[in-house]
Amino acid sequence: MTSDVAGTAAPTPTGVGAAVAPRRKGRGLLTRRDWLILALLLGIPAFVHIFLVWVPTLASIVLSLTSWNGIGGLDRIKFVGIDNYRVLVTTYPPFWPAIQHNLIWLGVFMLIATPLGIFFAVLLDKEIRGTRFYQGALYLPVVLSLAIIGFIAQLFYSTDQGLINGVLESFGVKPVDWLGNSSLNLWAILIFASWRQVGYVMILYLAGLKGVDPTLREAAKVDGASEVQTFFRIVFPVMRPINIVVIVITVIESLRAFDLAFIINRGLNGLELLSVLVTNNIIGEASRIGFGSAIAVILLVVAVGPIIFYLTRTLREEAR
Amino acid sequence: MPDKGAPRASTRRRGSRSLASLAVLATTFALIFSACSSGATTAPADGGGGALPSASGATSIRSNEHEPVPSSSVAAMVDYCTNKTGLTAPVAITNHNDFQDQFNTFMQGTPEDIVKWFTGERVRFPARNGLLTPIDDVWAAVGSNYTEGMAKASTGDDGKKYAVPINAYPWVVNYRKSLFEEKGYSVPKTWDEFVTLAKKMQADGLVPLAFADKDGWPAQGTFDILNMRLNGYQFHSDLLAGKEKWTDPKVQAVFAKWAELLPYTQPDPLGRTWQEGAQAWANNEAGMYFLGTFAAQQVPPEDQADVDFFPFPTLGTEWDSEMGIDAPIDAWILSKAPKNLPAAKAMLACFATPEAQAQFVSKDPSTIAAVSNADTSNYTPQQKRMAEIIGASGGIAQYLDRDTRSDFAGAQGMQALLQDFLKNPSQDLAAYTQKIQGVYDSLPPQ
Repeated sequence: MTSDVAGTAAPTPTGVGAAVAPRRKGRGLLTRRDWLILALLLGIPAFVHIFLVWVPTLASIVLSLTSWNGIGGLDRIKFVGIDNYRVLVTTYPPFWPAIQHNLIWLGVFMLIATPLGIFFAVLLDKEIRGTRFYQGALYLPVVLSLAIIGFIAQLFYSTDQGLINGVLESFGVKPVDWLGNSSLNLWAILIFASWRQVGYVMILYLAGLKGVDPTLREAAKVDGASEVQTFFRIVFPVMRPINIVVIVITVIESLRAFDLAFIINRGLNGLELLSVLVTNNIIGEASRIGFGSAIAVILLVVAVGPIIFYLTRTLREEAR
Repeated sequence: MPDKGAPRASTRRRGSRSLASLAVLATTFALIFSACSSGATTAPADGGGGALPSASGATSIRSNEHEPVPSSSVAAMVDYCTNKTGLTAPVAITNHNDFQDQFNTFMQGTPEDIVKWFTGERVRFPARNGLLTPIDDVWAAVGSNYTEGMAKASTGDDGKKYAVPINAYPWVVNYRKSLFEEKGYSVPKTWDEFVTLAKKMQADGLVPLAFADKDGWPAQGTFDILNMRLNGYQFHSDLLAGKEKWTDPKVQAVFAKWAELLPYTQPDPLGRTWQEGAQAWANNEAGMYFLGTFAAQQVPPEDQADVDFFPFPTLGTEWDSEMGIDAPIDAWILSKAPKNLPAAKAMLACFATPEAQAQFVSKDPSTIAAVSNADTSNYTPQQKRMAEIIGASGGIAQYLDRDTRSDFAGAQGMQALLQDFLKNPSQDLAAYTQKIQGVYDSLPPQ
């Protein structure tokens, strides 16, 4: 997200400069070679950015208004207006569950996983004994791919062959259908998703904490502030840039959640997520590219909306 | 409709032009080759009837069988036919499920000449979209090896043939002979006998029927069999083709019957893969398992002879004698622009012979040859029973996800909808079938 903003903002001044500067100043400060280098250095990233970010985004929006099975040339794409969106909100059964599950995911990350990650970072920042071991242990799941985490989750949760049910059974408890019961399975995999998110946030926050000027804390201590007061009144506000990154990452991570649900049951039965619905519509033989794109556009709006809102608000506050 | 027809015609024109140039090229090469090697061209496989042009050189094959048993079947068949025809045919392999996900893109790229695939709607769809080459001349040469049903399953909407069936396997009630002998159970023929047996099994502490649907597709087999036994093959096949409505009370009756069956099947099916279900059956925790004969793959090799099966019991309807059944067929198809058309066709003609298919099924005893004149002398007792069951059926369906459009059969359609039913089997069936029809109607015209 941050690189996007930089990328779009960057080319504009050069574009204007390039058109205006030579006429006004002739051969002023910059030689022809400088201009060439500038154009290359800014033009290539701008080109990459436009073709890898904006063109696909706009193409998705256009495709979401069409019906196409992915076979044959562009001449077989049929324009259907907002029909895909209408079907999506009225008839398509997994749509509303998917929205709900994405929001639950976001809620759990925002209220539990991320604060827990921050809490661990603060604890580890205290240089307690064995801090490196704890850091490693907490960060380990971030190194694992989510596909592997999904596999591990199945080893734990399987009804007949899973670890948890094996233990329960030895205590004489009836096995629980963790992954098949649609009111349980989302929470079951959220535990594993949070396991990873905690480590991710922890390492980001820890890096930020290391950068906080120690004299600030000393000053707070001299003024008689408690540990908790020091954190909430001094450290947390100073960490504003990291806080923004952490919040943006939390939103993105929870809305693009895909791997765990797809590995476990292809996003069926209680694990419907917007990203999986996009995939399910686009892969396969008779794919519905237009319909999948419509879901993707909704995902885009849901993801970008809150981030833009948050960023504009914080940036405006900062400017004040 | 008209805006769909025009571009397709242009694709075909483009296709036929490049085909023509390829054919010219291939003939030129063939001429040079035969001139150099003093008439070493090989005759196509003999299968009676019409003649195919002589072929030489290399063709290529893409197989979707990555697991050891089925891939050794493919290798045995291809080896036999390369020896027989003198052609070379390297086999490339893709993971089975990945290949299904990528099929569209793959077939539009530069696929191998011959591709392993399915029949039914699964072949009609790519044929309709111009991704395949028709093989009527191959069928003219070897068609007599197949029954009418196999021919129909290989035919596209335009009446042309697009597939060469290799093998088939039935969906049956699997059981272990030793367990049935030990407990004194007998094979049930009717619904009442089946329920009696199921109750007896429950009293003996067994789950009567293993059941799993985490993968989404295995439950479709139960729908198929109940629908065929209650409403007949023709209704089933029209329903899946979109000619009948899901809101028909006949469909509600299927789900009502299914609700009667559920107390005898393994609980919590949505958290269990079919492999786990098959293991529960293989370990004698469950007495039976309604699944394709591939359930036996989960039984250890030393116990294979203990595996047996019977057709799903009759439900006391007018369709009892028809004994409709799911028996999915796997097949070879020919891609849009094969590099060596004569060689690919000669290879396909060889694949359609009883000898080549005998090679295939010798490696995989959970399946039988698709040709009607197959050599059954080397069949295991199970293979003989499969042939009997399929032969005795008056209506052979392919499987829900091969008989209906795949965007309807897939995760966003019937997979999720059947799971919805299994989660809440006592729901209002009128509203439920309405929902199914709603999903079907929301799909774009094909």
